[in-house]
Amino acid sequence: MPLELADAITLPEGPEREYLWTLNFGPQHPATHTTLRLVLTLDGETIVKAVPDIGYLHSGFEKLGEHLDYNQYVTIVDRKNYISPVANEIAWFAAVEKLMGIELTPRCKYLRVIFNELMRIHDHLLACGAAALDLGGFTAFLYAFNQKEKIYDICERASGQRFHPSYLRVGGLLADVDETWIEMVRAFVRDFPPAWNDIVRLLNRNRIFIERTKDIGVLSKEDAINMSCTGPVARASGVVRDLRKDEPYLAYRDFDYKVICAQEGDCYARYLVRMEEMLESCKIIYQAIENLPPGPINVDADSKVTMPNQLSVYRSIEGLIHHFELIMSNRQWQTPVDEVYAAIESPNGELGYYVIADGSGVAYRTRTRPPSFIHFAIFPYLIVGHQVSDVVAVLGSLNIIAAELDR
Amino acid sequence: MTHEEIITKLRDKFGAAFTTSEFRDNRRIIAPAERVYAVLAFLKQQCGFDLLAELGGADYLQYPDAKDRYGVWYVLVNTTTGVRLIVKTFANDPEPTLPSVFALWKGADWMEREVYDMYGVIFDGHPDLRRILMPDEFTAFPLRKDYPMRGRGERHNFPVITRPES
Amino acid sequence: MAVEGLSESVMVTQLDKLANWVRKNSLWPMPFATACCGIELMATGASRHDIARFGAEAMRFSPRQCDLMIVAGRVAMKMLPVLQRIWLQMPEPKWCISMGACASSGGVFDTYAVVQGIDRFIPVDVYVPGCPPRPEQLLQSVIDLQAKIQRTGTINGKEFQEQRQWPHPPRPLAVELPPAEKMVAPGNFASATRLQPDVRS
Repeated sequence: MPLELADAITLPEGPEREYLWTLNFGPQHPATHTTLRLVLTLDGETIVKAVPDIGYLHSGFEKLGEHLDYNQYVTIVDRKNYISPVANEIAWFAAVEKLMGIELTPRCKYLRVIFNELMRIHDHLLACGAAALDLGGFTAFLYAFNQKEKIYDICERASGQRFHPSYLRVGGLLADVDETWIEMVRAFVRDFPPAWNDIVRLLNRNRIFIERTKDIGVLSKEDAINMSCTGPVARASGVVRDLRKDEPYLAYRDFDYKVICAQEGDCYARYLVRMEEMLESCKIIYQAIENLPPGPINVDADSKVTMPNQLSVYRSIEGLIHHFELIMSNRQWQTPVDEVYAAIESPNGELGYYVIADGSGVAYRTRTRPPSFIHFAIFPYLIVGHQVSDVVAVLGSLNIIAAELDR
Repeated sequence: MTHEEIITKLRDKFGAAFTTSEFRDNRRIIAPAERVYAVLAFLKQQCGFDLLAELGGADYLQYPDAKDRYGVWYVLVNTTTGVRLIVKTFANDPEPTLPSVFALWKGADWMEREVYDMYGVIFDGHPDLRRILMPDEFTAFPLRKDYPMRGRGERHNFPVITRPES
Repeated sequence: MAVEGLSESVMVTQLDKLANWVRKNSLWPMPFATACCGIELMATGASRHDIARFGAEAMRFSPRQCDLMIVAGRVAMKMLPVLQRIWLQMPEPKWCISMGACASSGGVFDTYAVVQGIDRFIPVDVYVPGCPPRPEQLLQSVIDLQAKIQRTGTINGKEFQEQRQWPHPPRPLAVELPPAEKMVAPGNFASATRLQPDVRS
């Protein structure tokens, strides 16, 4: 059934209007995933109209992008989709490295792929755990957080911080990983499927969960494409599109994995797509960690885009000069004066950056293509006709991250 | 359809009304504000670009060799063939106005509201053009280049609550 | 110490100390989680770093039922009136923990839309630095707050009232700016621009 604007925005006229009352699903509410606000017009318990009000976390990210240079901005970019932090960095550097025409080393590409997939598992764990929590199932949430703690440990071993590591740099990474880290990732890959199975046994055939999520918030395939949905939200409606396969970036051509799609487009389908995608990510991490190529992680310092290692800075004149050129704020990178758009498959959908460069080390304009922003726009269409308690089910299935929504 | 075929079809229909450019793997079509709706409608209906991936704006006030002030770009994707195309258009002060593409892609709804909120570009034909990220009482357009990053003091204009009062 | 003639189940203490002990061990937090620190707050409530050990796992989202507001995450300009309203709705005794760099001082976001520290507008008891702070840091801040309650609490909440004598009565809360100055009044952004001149000097 095609979605009509009239369904979502106009109210019935006449004496029926008096039955309708307004409920403010305010910005401070446990189930609104931090700061979202909905003004619901209700007929009893049925929702007639829902108007989202956003902007309660708008922090001026894009304005900051015009004042920080390409390596400093990674700290800010991390804080957008805070549930999959390193994925934002990968997207940002996909755009910046495309702009500067940098080709990464194989080891760096494999490590970035491993982090992308770890963050995908991280995001989907929180999305499914929070979906269960909002519907009342606290245990699944705790199981999910247990596994997230293991991913935090892996991230901390590589970069020193649990999340928001600012691990990527132009042309490479902050630091290389060691044997202990590789063993931690192997242990995670080994222990994750049984824990995943625990959550599946709790929720997949749970009568209550199915009744609360099946046929709720149905999104058809044409509407998903027309409303610019991407990622698990679109794939659960039958749109077979995954940037890892359609426009492969980093080292995704080397791996064997499936793209998970569903057809119904309801909350249950989105939940199932996310759960299965976690197992596929586990497969990719296994393949990547077993075939991790040796070698340097940063591109050659002679290309003047990455910082040379400390030993060469202190012991050779070239290293010193390269370091100087990158640090002094009136020199830095010499970028082409042009614009570029690059996107990756982040756990939430297509996360892209449109970067306009003016030749200096600071971007002229950085625009994020935020998947959560676009997915929240379809919410009023999905919720019309459902009950108030379905609001949390649909919100949880769309996985709206407020910081990416508001930037 | 590859990019070359699309551009040939566009040239047949629109002649010299647009220019093209490319950088890395982005192919761009630059159309003036009067023709951009027709170009986008043609791309959607005849060339199969059914997904509007992104709609964003920029202020070219301090950009080297810029001729117009506000630029708006549309990133289009063909979901069957996977081809990506970027359409760019420009608007100028005073009263920067562009046609709204809400009738073509419903996903443009909030993205156009955000360009309006941040830059002040008005989209003709948008059903509900009001501020989306800033509070409704906000009067400036924050992402313009003449608006300072730290704001003009709006973030301090709130009442202070002390212990004995609360 | 046992008084002669009474059994060992009687303890003599001060009413204030007893009230402090009870209040500090059952702090029910009101999680005002806006951004990334909210995830660390959730992780503190999860099983590895368990905030339930401190009696604080009852995260009731209704301000009327809580006594500790944990502001986790950056507070945008649009969200601050909401924060103030929630703070006013909480009944006394109440305390506030400002978690993270963004809530304490604006953090990395020195921009037009982020409040540079909620303590400009809300009374804060404990600050937790970090971006985001580790759950252990948040637990340490809860322990510090418990120590503060034990040290300075009273049973009837006298520590929340102004102690010194004022020449002026407290300012009214609802302050109306003239319409021409709402939201656009260019303040001196290097200092906190208050709506009324500070009468307490």
